[in-house]
Amino acid sequence: MSSHDERLSAVKKDYLVNLAKKGKRLDGRGPDEYRPITIEKHLIKNAEGSAKVTIGNTMVMAGVKLDVGEPYPDTPEEGAMTTSAELPPIASPTFETGPPREDAIELARVVDRGIRESKFIKLDQLCITPGEEVWIVFIDLHVLDYDGNLFDACSLAASAALQDAIIPGERLGKGENRPLPLGSPPISCTFAKYADFIVVDPRLEEDEVAEARHTIALDENGDLRAMQKGLTGSFTVEEIKNNIKRAQIHAKNIRKLLEE
Amino acid sequence: MKRKIVLPGSVVGDMKSKKPGRGTFREGDTIYAAQLGILNDRGTYVSVIPLSGVYDPHAGDTVIGVVQETLRNAWMVDINAPYPAFLNVENVPWRVESGETAKFIQVDDVIIVTITGVDESRSIDLSMKCRSCRKVEGGTILDIQPSKVPRVIGKNSSMLSVLKQHTKCWMFVGQNGRIWIKGEEDNVNTLINAIRIIERESHTVGLTQRITKLLGG
Amino acid sequence: MLIKDGIRMDGRKPDELRPIKIEAGVLHRAQGSCYLEWGGNKVMAAVYGPREAIPRHIQHPLKAVINARYNMVPFSVSDRKRPGPDRRSVEISKVTSEALEHVVFTGLFPRTMIDVCIEVLGAEAGTRCAGLTAAAVALADAGIPMRDLPVACAAGKIDGTVVLDLAGDEDCEGEADMPIAIAPRTEEILLMQMDGHMTYQEFEEALELALKGCREVSKLQKEALLRKYETKNEVAP
Repeated sequence: MSSHDERLSAVKKDYLVNLAKKGKRLDGRGPDEYRPITIEKHLIKNAEGSAKVTIGNTMVMAGVKLDVGEPYPDTPEEGAMTTSAELPPIASPTFETGPPREDAIELARVVDRGIRESKFIKLDQLCITPGEEVWIVFIDLHVLDYDGNLFDACSLAASAALQDAIIPGERLGKGENRPLPLGSPPISCTFAKYADFIVVDPRLEEDEVAEARHTIALDENGDLRAMQKGLTGSFTVEEIKNNIKRAQIHAKNIRKLLEE
Repeated sequence: MKRKIVLPGSVVGDMKSKKPGRGTFREGDTIYAAQLGILNDRGTYVSVIPLSGVYDPHAGDTVIGVVQETLRNAWMVDINAPYPAFLNVENVPWRVESGETAKFIQVDDVIIVTITGVDESRSIDLSMKCRSCRKVEGGTILDIQPSKVPRVIGKNSSMLSVLKQHTKCWMFVGQNGRIWIKGEEDNVNTLINAIRIIERESHTVGLTQRITKLLGG
Repeated sequence: MLIKDGIRMDGRKPDELRPIKIEAGVLHRAQGSCYLEWGGNKVMAAVYGPREAIPRHIQHPLKAVINARYNMVPFSVSDRKRPGPDRRSVEISKVTSEALEHVVFTGLFPRTMIDVCIEVLGAEAGTRCAGLTAAAVALADAGIPMRDLPVACAAGKIDGTVVLDLAGDEDCEGEADMPIAIAPRTEEILLMQMDGHMTYQEFEEALELALKGCREVSKLQKEALLRKYETKNEVAP
């Protein structure tokens, strides 16, 4: 998130770059090492589904709410989903109150695409009356502590909260409560590039010096479902291919955490 | 020895036997803690040694600053205080022509400076005319809570000696919670790890011995 | 029927609090923080500052400005709440800022602001009390100088009975609700709101109960802070 007005001092930046030249990172991790990940589900009573995810010090809460609404005209027999993210001032001294800025909107849209394109939510099973009433799934992401890599933390939190979610038929007078019909979750894997060094799961300082960012969402077969290249730097074709291969390995491990 | 932790509003003494020191306030004859911290009532004064909080700048402190802006005749410097600090061209060891400040020190550069004054409106003046003052080059900067600085230095610099001696690193501790560290990479990591432990366990007793042991002393 | 034979729907007596859990210093980025559960309420509070007040026109030449921001996340309530501030949260933020400002030694930090972020993650009646109580712990954790550690609790009336700390249905269907915040050392009232219908007699009874609740919660706040800072290994192992 380099557009926040927090900058690393020249000394810190040089140190990171010098370490990168030797293939090393600030916290001693290898370029392909995630920080510890924790997932907790079912925390908020009023949410249809909720989860808290931490990756290192980064902490994100996700909540799922369902409501009854009209289907889109082109998909009269399908439910709908929408994803929002907030970067509230509790999470960082540089986050501000107010409507989501472009960082938060990009974040929400990338998470949304991974879920949508992997058909994680079975929207065709969310129709109540064709053309009239369908279930609308609201996914809200709330960052509580920012220490880098919000893309993966938010994606994981969204998936975990969806796994926890029920359809609140009783509350809204639409039949019995039942689990939200789901397929297999997308797994998001984010790389940051600085000084020709590409690392997975960038922490705050790495996010701040990153010249380019690459987020890859994979399905259970390791096939691509969503991608986003961000920031002003660039990747070579070889680097992009390599990132995807690296992501395929990481995604397998992270997927196990969601299945536990 | 047990260290007593006090909270804002805790009774820490009375005016008959003590005087209110730093981190306390009085109401009537009673002295209260104004801040969360360790109680210190060994002398005539009763005071609270804070365990958290922002850096409170004082004249005479040597701090590590990051240049925010180059002005015509000064640099605006972030010294991790609630107020901006200014380094005037008259207070640097070089002759700087008006408008040429960026030739000497640029935005994002790190400098070691002393605070020469904090005026009533809390504007902070800096100087680079001191022995340890310089532009920082190489190594890295570690940020710690400013309240933990005394523990990283230790009594008569005892902790600082232990850290330097066992890690063979060069280090400079700014009063504002920024530490400049330079050395072999593995040693730097060991040192950072040790400082993080000091920060986390700053309120415990026997810390110097534990750190010495950790560093293989 | 909200109360029967002196027992409330959730099994509490009229003068009993819901279960409360407080943890200090839970976020790494903030200068001070607190996570608090109070019945079904789940609240995270954090403090940043004092830091230079921006924009400049909010600066006060003689003191720090307390800028509390109370926010309910969209999934904290039964019907999804649209993200961002509404009139209710703006009002709660204002009275919370004012209550906290009374105890903070703001004169020590002229021209600065102290940001107090209160995020309601789960809501079940009494979120402003839970939020203010958590904010006070976060302020102490951040090392902010204060003359006291403020605390909040509500009392109200259900089925004609004055009770402490209204929960879910009691809040919706009860007859009155009165949240207060106090400086526990002097028991000065820092925040007071009330809606519903109470006689003066009932008000006095409710105030007594709310003060009793505040005293109990105050103990839990202090325990939480001491738990974080008091050491288990007093002597080197």
